[in-house]
Amino acid sequence: MALDPGAIRADFPIMCRQVHGRPLVYLDSAATSHKPRPVIDAVTDYYERFNSNVHRGSYQLAVEATEALEQARAKVAQFIGASQDSEIVFAKNATEAINLVARTWGRANLGPGDPVVITELEHHANIVPWHMLAAEQGIDLRWIPIRSDGHLDLTDLDRLLDGARLLSVAAVSNVLGTINPIRQLADAAHDAGALMMVDASQYTPHLPTDVAEMGADFVAFTGHKMCGPTGIGVLWAKSELLEAMPPFLGGGEMILNVTKEGFSTAAVPWKFEAGTPPIAEAVGLGAAVDYLNGLGMEQVREHEVALTGYALRTLNQRYGDDITIHGPTEPAERGGVLSFEYKGIHPHDVAQVLDRSAVCVRAGHHCAKPLMRVLGCSATSRASMYVYNDESDVDALADALADADAFFIE
Amino acid sequence: MPDLEDLYREIILDHYRNPRNRGELDTPPAVRAEGFNPLCGDEVIVYVRLANGVVDDIKFGGQGCSISQASSSMMSAIVKGRTTEELHRLNRAFKSMMSIEPDPDDPAPANGNGADIKLGDLEALKGVVKFPVRIKCATLSWHTLIQAVEEAQTTG
Ligand SMILES: Cc1ncc(COP(=O)(O)O)c(C=O)c1O
Repeated sequence: MALDPGAIRADFPIMCRQVHGRPLVYLDSAATSHKPRPVIDAVTDYYERFNSNVHRGSYQLAVEATEALEQARAKVAQFIGASQDSEIVFAKNATEAINLVARTWGRANLGPGDPVVITELEHHANIVPWHMLAAEQGIDLRWIPIRSDGHLDLTDLDRLLDGARLLSVAAVSNVLGTINPIRQLADAAHDAGALMMVDASQYTPHLPTDVAEMGADFVAFTGHKMCGPTGIGVLWAKSELLEAMPPFLGGGEMILNVTKEGFSTAAVPWKFEAGTPPIAEAVGLGAAVDYLNGLGMEQVREHEVALTGYALRTLNQRYGDDITIHGPTEPAERGGVLSFEYKGIHPHDVAQVLDRSAVCVRAGHHCAKPLMRVLGCSATSRASMYVYNDESDVDALADALADADAFFIE
Repeated sequence: MPDLEDLYREIILDHYRNPRNRGELDTPPAVRAEGFNPLCGDEVIVYVRLANGVVDDIKFGGQGCSISQASSSMMSAIVKGRTTEELHRLNRAFKSMMSIEPDPDDPAPANGNGADIKLGDLEALKGVVKFPVRIKCATLSWHTLIQAVEEAQTTG
């Protein structure tokens, strides 16, 4: 059954808000999604009924809190098709999950001249950790270029992967919306003897995720873009890899034993979760997964394809050559992220004018400065959609855009 | 919400559409400085040529929104022909109009907190204060100018 955005909206308390006396038109879910009532309730409920520190308590409350944390882990594992709950490592966000791989697997396995391959459309979260390893350990960072249609240019893939140790790619671009051919890339990486990491930050919230089908070795994503709280992200990795990787941060929770002479590490995944974990946030993420399962991820994706198609048609029909929408033109090949340029008006100014109509879009480089350079601009305006958006939001965007003319077009 | 008309005044839009002193200068004798707004990717490049402590010529380039472009244009127009001391006082007066606390390391002369200084067209940018996220757009060109002048004074 198709999603009913009207009914879904009623699940999101923030949708009752007015901005400048107008109903909220939220088109910035690629930055963060809103939170449905069951997620907010789960977090509140955690604090009201079973707040306590996990793992070491023998009293009832602590047992319940530990169960809640581990249950959330199991829900996330099931949501992405992980074969074991222990393959789910909780981190602060996707950025930390990617850094975890760079700092542990990368430090242990990469040396001077070892190639790590990324793409021109990556978020800074999947660029800077590798720049840091290049500076510290002399790895050789290589870039898969993009074509003008927003897809990766794989012409030189074999050469780029020659000798590579890791290929790390965003499953969906947070600027262009491009859905990358992850399985094909993973197979090519494995053929070349490299591991495959997927930045699924813009994928897991919007499409059914199956880590086995992706063929990945590491997958990172972030809770707050998929109806969950901020402060929680996920690294999934194959058990053998996690077992072999050195720990990340040191402290409580991640040890088996500590003496004056040294320490030994806890079992996977706790080995990577030093300190008190984000318990309430994990519980909230578990509730977010339940919520998305309730909608059905196939339906979530169908809704996105339909709405993206409507948005592309509406904006192109209404504004023709006055609007340039970056990225693939086929809704089936992209997510609901529309970066656009309107009549040469700077994105900051566009976003400012749209704000007057309570239309929330993001203007800037979207943490993808290398991609901006390839696109030949310093910023874009970006409208991004999720389960609570419908055609009326697209219409509101289209209407409000014309207001910019009054100021900027002579 | 404050009116957009307070932000996008006619003078600002005029400087944006018809920027004064956009371009480049030969380096040397001019110096070039780049300023970035890491939040939005805006970029301002300022070229200044000093002669006997006076701004002999100035040009700017880069990419940015109407506020950052207009601010660059207005800045270039007002500092041309001024002494570096005057320029520092203008900078301080402008920042104070933007509600920015004076920097204790500011090389501005001890006399003059800027209150007595005529900002001319720059006054039109006052409305930016009502849109706090845009203040950085307005001040980027000034930060970059100061950087360029300091460099000119140490190298020259
Ligand atoms: C593709 C992609 N990767 C990584 C991130 C980083 O997510 P977070 O800031 O939650 O770590 C984002 C979101 O901003 C993203 O869109």
